[in-house]
Amino acid sequence: MAVPTGAPTGTPGGPPARSAAGDSFPGRGPRDDGSGEHGSRNDLARRRHVGPSSRRAWFLVGPTLVVLAIVIGYPIVRAVVMSLQKDPGLDPETGMFVEGGWAGFSNYTHWLLQQCPSPTGAMIACPPGTLGSQFWSAVGITLFFTVVTVTLEVGIGLWMAIIMGSSFTGRALLRAAVLIPWAIPTAVTAKLWYFIFAYDGIANTLFGTHILWTSDPWPARVAVVIADVWKTTPFMALLILAGLQMIPNDVYEAAKVDGAGAWQRFTQITLPLVKPALMVAILFRTMDALRMYDLPAILTGGNPATTTVSILVVEQVRQGFNSASALSTTTFLLIFAVAFVLVKFLGANAVRTQEVQRQGAK
Amino acid sequence: MAHRAPEPIAAAARRVAARKRFDAKNYRVYVGVVFILLWGLAPFYWMVVTAFRDPDYTFSTVPWPTHLTLENFQNALSTSSGNDFTQALINSMIIGGVTTAVALTIGIFTAYALARIAFRGKYVVVGIVLGASMFPVVALVTPLFQFFTNIGWIGSYQAMIIPNISFVLPLTIYTLTSFFSDLPWELEEAARIDGASRAQAFRLVMLPLAAPALFTTAILAFIATVNEYLLASQLSSDATEPVTVAIARFSGNDPHVVPYAAIMAAGTIVTVPLVIMVLLFQRRIVSGLTAGGVKS
Repeated sequence: MAVPTGAPTGTPGGPPARSAAGDSFPGRGPRDDGSGEHGSRNDLARRRHVGPSSRRAWFLVGPTLVVLAIVIGYPIVRAVVMSLQKDPGLDPETGMFVEGGWAGFSNYTHWLLQQCPSPTGAMIACPPGTLGSQFWSAVGITLFFTVVTVTLEVGIGLWMAIIMGSSFTGRALLRAAVLIPWAIPTAVTAKLWYFIFAYDGIANTLFGTHILWTSDPWPARVAVVIADVWKTTPFMALLILAGLQMIPNDVYEAAKVDGAGAWQRFTQITLPLVKPALMVAILFRTMDALRMYDLPAILTGGNPATTTVSILVVEQVRQGFNSASALSTTTFLLIFAVAFVLVKFLGANAVRTQEVQRQGAK
Repeated sequence: MAHRAPEPIAAAARRVAARKRFDAKNYRVYVGVVFILLWGLAPFYWMVVTAFRDPDYTFSTVPWPTHLTLENFQNALSTSSGNDFTQALINSMIIGGVTTAVALTIGIFTAYALARIAFRGKYVVVGIVLGASMFPVVALVTPLFQFFTNIGWIGSYQAMIIPNISFVLPLTIYTLTSFFSDLPWELEEAARIDGASRAQAFRLVMLPLAAPALFTTAILAFIATVNEYLLASQLSSDATEPVTVAIARFSGNDPHVVPYAAIMAAGTIVTVPLVIMVLLFQRRIVSGLTAGGVKS
């Protein structure tokens, strides 16, 4: 890749950077130039100060939309279609192998009502231990993880951000320390905490306990929460810190002059002014937490007590595509519903906040 | 001019007041600083210490390095127990490198449009990109798994690279758009007046100025790609699995004994380059993260 090699010397106008950056997309520029200005060169020349045309913008945005349509849009449509088909298997009435066919919403009711076909063909409650019996418990565990981790991350992150904002010595060191949990891949994080939470591991030694952290239900959940909070809180702290630094110091000075105490300054100035940034961070973190997969899957190795909806989908994939599609579509709708509620009721309108802040920053 | 006069006096008064508060307030800040340092460094430190410690002493609780050995690293890289960590490192470099390059190339154009052009439907594009960034990967596993099985792509690099591109594109676009908004675009206009075409003006004048932003975005995209586990665990084969999958299913000679020390060594091999990268470019990375996060 040409871009990284060009960057260190990429001070304004540096010739090495110029050539390196130019090489990074060979041929793109000229081709782009031609098609964008073919018909409208005169037109553009006349109103050059107005900026490029709308058509040109869509041309530039096009590749992104195509990629997203192929990799996200098409599979979603396909998943919905698949979810309405039967998985191939033995027909309970005839005992013959059947290739599937139209299933209606039976794949959905299988998950939502936790109903499985019995050997006689009637629908019965899924027996314990099967994937079909785990849907609502997986939803519950996912929501539990989401609420607990996001709450802890916001609370501790806010505190960390305030500490980082008020310490002038070793700010770079703090920032580096805080970036390390973020930089470690989640799979490695999971293995690291798997080691810390081993039976003979450092956690049991430090606390003087003999807890089976990864196999007992509640310790396993606590372990996942601790590992997730460890990894993600620093990221939260950095986002909040950026929001804090946008608050002008004069506001605090004025409040001090008016006799506001530290707690009052926090609740009356810091919280309301950092709220837009905080809401966006909460929205993003909630979406992340709802799709949590890597940590519980690796840290507790398939422990049913930490089976999130994502883990359930992955376990179902190899047991029947169509049923898995119904489950993943349900998961998608669930996450979408939570995002909708968050945006509606918390006012976490990310798009608007972004525009407002961008205009403010200009 | 006159209104500036009180400034030094106020500053001096503040300094005196600050000195008075020094003990109480700074004490709390220092405790916080130590706590944050321990938070970030302690688990990582423990992984590195264990990686360099004789595997017979893996559960030793001596806090400083003891029984130094490179044996764990040999075990981590050995292929005798069905692991091939060296290959996994190469795979992660391939997947991460190609994904980053393609996502950046596509993302530059979209970010340019979003940062520079006011066009109808701009908010629709912003909304789509935002929606894609929050999209649950798991909803794609089933259709992609079936689709890639049908066309024989399971275990190929492209089966991981193509979905990964769409996952890091939103991040790339947000970070770049935010950086682009802060560039001095008058220079582009100046180049246009001097006779450069729009593409020339962007490529020859603006791109060099944006190089640090591109580099930061590339780091963020690369780290995000290397981090991906869910899809890779389903779509890769033994020969193409990235480090996340390799470390998750790392096995030892004895199936009943977890090779903790070798796993910690493998984790160290993966993490140390990333950590060095983060330490070198921390200022840029933080500005990139907050540009994509706070402003988005």
